[in-house]
Amino acid sequence: MRLRRTMYRKILNQTVNLTALLSACIGLFFLAWIIVEVMKRGITAFNIDFFTKLPTPPGVEGGGVANAFIGTLVITVISTLIGVPVGILSGVYLSEFGGKSLLGKSVRFTLNVIMGIPSIIVGMFVYTLIVIPIGHFSGFAGSVALAIIIVPVVARTTEDMLNLVPPSLRESALALGAPHWKTTISILFRAAKSGMITGILLATARISGETAPLLFTALNSPYWPSSINQPTANLTVTIFNYAMSPFAEWQQAAWGASLLIMATVLATTLTARYIARESTSWKT
Amino acid sequence: MTKKNIGAHALADRLFRFVTGTAAALAFVIIAGIFVELVRNSSLSLREFGFEFLYSLEWNPVKQTFGAVSSIYGTLVSTCIAMIIAVPMSLVIALFLAELAHPTLSQVVGYGIELLAAIPSIIYGMWGLFVFAPFMADHVEAPLEQWLGFLPIFRGPPMGIGMLTAGIILALMILPFVSAFMRDVFNMVPGVVKEAGYGMGATTWEVTAQVIIPYGIKGLVGASFIGLGRALGETMAVTFVIGNSHSVSASLFHAGNSIASTLANEFTEASEPLYLHALVELGLILFIITLAIQIIAQLWLRRLGKSIGGGL
Repeated sequence: MRLRRTMYRKILNQTVNLTALLSACIGLFFLAWIIVEVMKRGITAFNIDFFTKLPTPPGVEGGGVANAFIGTLVITVISTLIGVPVGILSGVYLSEFGGKSLLGKSVRFTLNVIMGIPSIIVGMFVYTLIVIPIGHFSGFAGSVALAIIIVPVVARTTEDMLNLVPPSLRESALALGAPHWKTTISILFRAAKSGMITGILLATARISGETAPLLFTALNSPYWPSSINQPTANLTVTIFNYAMSPFAEWQQAAWGASLLIMATVLATTLTARYIARESTSWKT
Repeated sequence: MTKKNIGAHALADRLFRFVTGTAAALAFVIIAGIFVELVRNSSLSLREFGFEFLYSLEWNPVKQTFGAVSSIYGTLVSTCIAMIIAVPMSLVIALFLAELAHPTLSQVVGYGIELLAAIPSIIYGMWGLFVFAPFMADHVEAPLEQWLGFLPIFRGPPMGIGMLTAGIILALMILPFVSAFMRDVFNMVPGVVKEAGYGMGATTWEVTAQVIIPYGIKGLVGASFIGLGRALGETMAVTFVIGNSHSVSASLFHAGNSIASTLANEFTEASEPLYLHALVELGLILFIITLAIQIIAQLWLRRLGKSIGGGL
C-alpha cells in the first residue's frame, strides 16, 4: 500500500517534470517556427530593387520598399531623440531627487501604468492631439506616438540602473564639492552607462517593430519621405497594407519587409542583452 | 571655492532638479491627456448612443448606428482563450526554468523565451495569417470539429481564421512575459523553505504545489494580470487572424473582431464624424479596461513587495 503511494507520487512528479520540459520545448519550437518561416519566405523577396526602389503598383515588376525603410529609420530616430532625454530625466528624478516622495511614488506608478496601455491607444491619442488639428497625417506625429511609448521604459531602466550604482560613489563626488547635476552626469551616468544603453536599445527595438500607433499617425506613403510633416512611408504599415492585399507580389514584398524588421529587432535585442551581461561585471 | 561659485552651483542644482521633475511630471500629463482627448473626441457618439453603445449589437457605418458588443465580446473571448493556455503553460515553464533545468540550460531556454517577446506583433500577424491559420484549419480545427463537433464552441467551418487562432497566437505572445515574471517569483522563494520541503522527502512537484505556489501566489496572480493587460490591447497579430467581422458567435471557429482590431481596420475608412467618434469611444473603453487592470496589478504587486520584504 505504502509502496503504491510512493509509486503514484513518483509518477505524478515525473509527469509534471515532463510537462514542464515539453512546455519549454513548445515555446522554443514556436520561436524557431516563426523565425524559419519568415526567413524562408522573406529571403526570396530580397534583391537590389527591393532595397533601392520605390514601391510599384501591383503587376509591375521590380518595385522595392526603400522609401519605407528610410521612413522607419527617420521616424524611429526622431522618436528616440524625443523620448530618450525625457525618459532619462524622469529616471534621474526618481533615483536622485523625489523617488521616495509622494510625487515620486505616483510618477513611478503612472509610468508603470503607461507601460501597460495598448500602443494603439497611444496612437489614437496622438491622432487626436496632432493629426486632427494639423489636418493631415505626418511622420512627426508617428515619432511623438513612439516617443510616448519609450519614455516609461527608459525612465524605469534609468532609475533601476542609477539605483545600482553604489551610494559611496555618489557620496564621494558630492563630498568633493561637485554639484549634484555634475555628479549625475559625469559619475553616475558613466557608472550606469551600459545598463542605460541596454534599456535604450531594448526600447528602440520595441518601437521599430510597432505598427498600430503608426496607422493613426504616420500612415504610409508610396513616395520618398520628403518632410516629416507629411504622411511618411514605413515598413510596418507597409507590411500590413501589402499582406492584406490580394496581390501575390505585394504579399511577397510584405514577407521581405517582415524579415528586415524581424532581423533588426532581434539583432538589437541580442546586442542589448550582450551589453547587459558584460556590464554586470563592474558591480562585483 | 568662492562663495559666488557655490551660489551658482546651488542654482544650477535647483534648476536640474526642476527640469528632471518636470520631465517626470509629464507622465501625469500623458495619462490625463489620453483620457481627456479620448472623451472629447468621442463626444458625438457618447451623446448619440449613450449606454446603448455598450449593449447594442449593430455596427453599421452605412446606417450610422454603432454598438460595441461584438468588439467587446471578441476581445474577452480571445483574451480568455489566451489566458487559459498561457497561464498554466507559463507556470510549468517557470517551474522548468527555476527548479528543474541545469542553470546553463535554464539561461539558454530563458533567452529563447525572451526572444519570443521581442518579435514584433506584426510578424506574429504575418506568420499567423499565412502559416499558422492554414495549419490550424487542416490539423487542429478539422479534427476538433470531427470529434468534438457536438459542442457548440467547436462547430462551424474550419477556416483557420477566427477566435481560436487569435487566442492561441495571443497566448504565445503573452507567454514570455508571464513566464519570466513567474520565474522571478519562483526564485524569490527562500531556499530554506524549499529545502525544508525536500528534506521531508517531498518530490519537486509536491514542493512546487504545496510550498512554492502558496508562498508566491500573489506574485503569480500579479504575473497573470500583467499578461491579461497585454492580451486585451494586442492589436496587429489579432487583426491579421481574427477575421474582422462584426458578429457574435458561440463557435470559436467563426470570424469575429476585437476592440483593437476594429480600430486598426476601420480607422482610415472612417470619414463621417460620428463613425470616427464611435471608434474613439471603442478606444476609450479599451483604455479604461486596461487602465483598471494596470492599476489593480500595480497595487497588488506593491502589496506583494511589502509582504515579501517583511516575511522571513
